[in-house]
Amino acid sequence: MSLTNERIQQRLTEKFGDVLTGFEEPFGLLTLTAQKDYNLKVMQFLFDDEELRFRFLTDITAVHYPERKNEELAVVYHLHNLQDNIRLRLKVFAPVAKPDVFTATKLYESANWMERETYDFFGINFVGHPNLIRVLNVDEMTYFPMRKEFPLEDSMRIDKDDEMFGRGGNL
Amino acid sequence: MLDQKQHIKLPEGSIEKDTQTLNLGPTHPATHGVFQNILEIDGERIVSAVSTVGYIHRAFEKIAERRPYYQITPLTDRLNYCSAPINNMGWLLTVEKLLGIETPKRVDYLRVIIMELARIADHLICSSVMGVDTGALTGFVYVMTYRELIYEIYEEICGSRLTTNIGRIGGFERNFTPAAFAKIERFLNEYPAVLKEFETLLTRNRIFMERTQGVGAISAERALSYGFTGPNLRAAGVDYDVRVANPYSSYQDFDFSIPVGTTGDSYDRFQVRNAEMWESISIIRQAMDKLKSLPADVYHADVPAYYLPEKQDVYTKMEALIYHFKIVMGEADILPGEVYNAVEGANGELGFYLISDGGRSPYRLHFRRPCFIYYQAYAELVQGSMLSDAIVCMSSLNLIAGELDA
Repeated sequence: MSLTNERIQQRLTEKFGDVLTGFEEPFGLLTLTAQKDYNLKVMQFLFDDEELRFRFLTDITAVHYPERKNEELAVVYHLHNLQDNIRLRLKVFAPVAKPDVFTATKLYESANWMERETYDFFGINFVGHPNLIRVLNVDEMTYFPMRKEFPLEDSMRIDKDDEMFGRGGNL
Repeated sequence: MLDQKQHIKLPEGSIEKDTQTLNLGPTHPATHGVFQNILEIDGERIVSAVSTVGYIHRAFEKIAERRPYYQITPLTDRLNYCSAPINNMGWLLTVEKLLGIETPKRVDYLRVIIMELARIADHLICSSVMGVDTGALTGFVYVMTYRELIYEIYEEICGSRLTTNIGRIGGFERNFTPAAFAKIERFLNEYPAVLKEFETLLTRNRIFMERTQGVGAISAERALSYGFTGPNLRAAGVDYDVRVANPYSSYQDFDFSIPVGTTGDSYDRFQVRNAEMWESISIIRQAMDKLKSLPADVYHADVPAYYLPEKQDVYTKMEALIYHFKIVMGEADILPGEVYNAVEGANGELGFYLISDGGRSPYRLHFRRPCFIYYQAYAELVQGSMLSDAIVCMSSLNLIAGELDA
């Protein structure tokens, strides 16, 4: 019998109780939020459990919500059970002042660069990561560019000298 | 002034005094893209490798946070530029999933044709370049004629060749012309013989086999742990294909098989790609047959709020003018939501994780780029092998710098 979202939710709730919150199914993909210190425990359980078998890490990324106090950064894991072909999204919220989240590198080799990328752009500090350095940006960079406090240039700005770009000066 | 040594990071426990450090890349003719590997070599044998990526990082995820949805399609072109249409379709399907747009069957089949042509073009490059890297230029030059034909088909449909920006939210920007269909027919008639001959050149070629068998091999278990997807994973014997696991764009209507390898080495990857090209040809044939029974004038869904109206109507009809203005200015109504959508890219599972807060641009858009994830395994794959094997291993992985660095 193939695994359903209800069954996964039931198994997880039995095991972790109120550590896991915010169960929802946007577009059929089971999404849940774990307390910050439990991300690895939950993933380990999802990996080891003979029924759940979430043994493929599809993706790790982060999202910045500046207006959520003390949980500004969300780390988002996409896991995949290839045998039953079912996906799951796990979220962990961390404060921007101290964004420490446990690393998943012990569980999945692929987490290595994904976590480096997430660190590179959002500054998530993956505790226990073997080599947490920038991967796409230059090493000398001192900020985390995907955070919302770094907006892109306003396309309507008027103080720019277009002459430098061969488009004539004042319009 | 930075110390030059600062950029050369030797691995832990390096025995540099006894070995040489070789900088392979970032611009090396044999790496087909901007890849840097700092190799520690003992004679010609690789002791360890450290991969450096990010040389052509263009911050697409950040740029996407400022752009209306229809302007993000050209960004996706520049990820895997060997098969740009698949990226375009992946992005459009993600937006359509978010907006709940159902596309007509004909649109789905036209998209399947385009995606499979792109897959052939991508595999063609990868397989023939493996020949080049092992010293056989002939096959490469021979099959390029047919990649050119595929590019001409793109050109008939959307007007451009490499970075295609093909398709719009809800369908295609215009119907396929009779010339486009004629070219697809020509491709279907001529290409199988060419692919057969290309395979004859290399598959049982003793030199090619010696150069690729057992090179860069990975077990299924390690491949899964490293997040391999696409032909590289299938070469290791895991039959995971997004087209079958989570069908999109009506792939469930087609009859095709997933070729798998056994050893996960460069030779098996080559074989899997060639077998996939045969499957793609069959899928395109099936799609062409299915199109015959569908009305020939449908090429987009009926979603006026998201699909640009005919220019003629913009000048004469009020609604068309309003929708045209709203779409072009990026003010089309987007629903808030969170969606992950994956398509089977030419080199693996290409995923789009999109969070919309209802604004004109995505709140967050993340690309799951398959080759960024599996390139991590490269250091392990080449460890202990010869320098020349590292080159073959790299080309067999089908790494595309544009996708890797996003």
